[in-house]
Amino acid sequence: MTVATADTPTGHEGHHEHVHYTSTGLENRKIAIWALIGSECMLFASLISTYLIYKGRSKVGPFPHEWSCKTSNVVGKTAELVAGCAPADVLKPILDIPVTSQSTFVLLMSSLAMVLALAAVENKGHPLPAGAGWWDRCLASSKFWLMATAVMGVAFIGYQSYEFTSFVHEGLTIKTNLFGSSFFTLTGFHGAHVSVGVLWLLTLFAIDVKRGLKGKNDVLLVDICALYWHFVDVVWIAIFTLIYLIQ
Amino acid sequence: MSDHNAAAHDHVEHPTWKQYKWVGFWLLVITAIEVWVYYTPFKDSKLFAPALLLMSAVKFGVVVFYYMHLKYDHPLFKRLFAMGLGIAICTLFALLFLFGALKIGG
Repeated sequence: MTVATADTPTGHEGHHEHVHYTSTGLENRKIAIWALIGSECMLFASLISTYLIYKGRSKVGPFPHEWSCKTSNVVGKTAELVAGCAPADVLKPILDIPVTSQSTFVLLMSSLAMVLALAAVENKGHPLPAGAGWWDRCLASSKFWLMATAVMGVAFIGYQSYEFTSFVHEGLTIKTNLFGSSFFTLTGFHGAHVSVGVLWLLTLFAIDVKRGLKGKNDVLLVDICALYWHFVDVVWIAIFTLIYLIQ
Repeated sequence: MSDHNAAAHDHVEHPTWKQYKWVGFWLLVITAIEVWVYYTPFKDSKLFAPALLLMSAVKFGVVVFYYMHLKYDHPLFKRLFAMGLGIAICTLFALLFLFGALKIGG
């Protein structure tokens, strides 16, 4: 594949953008991020399949959706089935759907903020319409939307930290049972991806504050970050349904 | 590199703010339905899991096609993503069958 470099003046004296097009007319880095996303699909598919294979094979609680008794090893879908167990030995279903639903809403809204950040960078240089209100100015601010996306990403990590901490307090660690091992590995990997995304967003925000994001090269930088962020979002869509909602 | 190719790359149509807003709205609505269904007696139905998987697939598709601009971008990106996703789905089902988590005919 032949590669050529297009030098495009940006308006800064002595500074040129370097956009590396291939013979397909597509930018190298964009092809690379899509290839990375494709390979990441395989990573998460293997982690999800590991979780699904081990589902229901744990010998001891806590379990994701079932009630259980520590002493008698009785497991049931309702609290009545472990009624004979001492209250201190009863283990509740560990997954907290209301809390995870909130974190899912936050992550979905962060994707909306991310596309608005990209749109704001793409539309830089276009004058605002006459009589533009605060919302139009807000829509045009890439700094605002980049920071909003990063803040929602941090909020999602906060929800996950809260969830992990409460699980440990309830007796579920990565070593407790097969559910704990596969659950913490899968959601931990996803959380690590979100953390990388947040650092990436904060880097772009810092660049935007320092010199402003503008021009084709900067649009591409934000576009690549946005693709990664949305991928993290679609992985969570799958995890939320397969791990949290389906019993 | 041909200038024509570069020009083609530079003029990719993206959705408007209103379209993004509606996509976000429908993502929230579908998620709300998923969570609501979880708390209804429908949870014990055989159709519960397929219904959730369908809603999840719709959300997945909407984010990929609209927010990731796959609907508007070059076909090569579609192929790269479809190849990775296709191998991932095949791997998932292969492992589930191999370890007995899924069985044909029972």
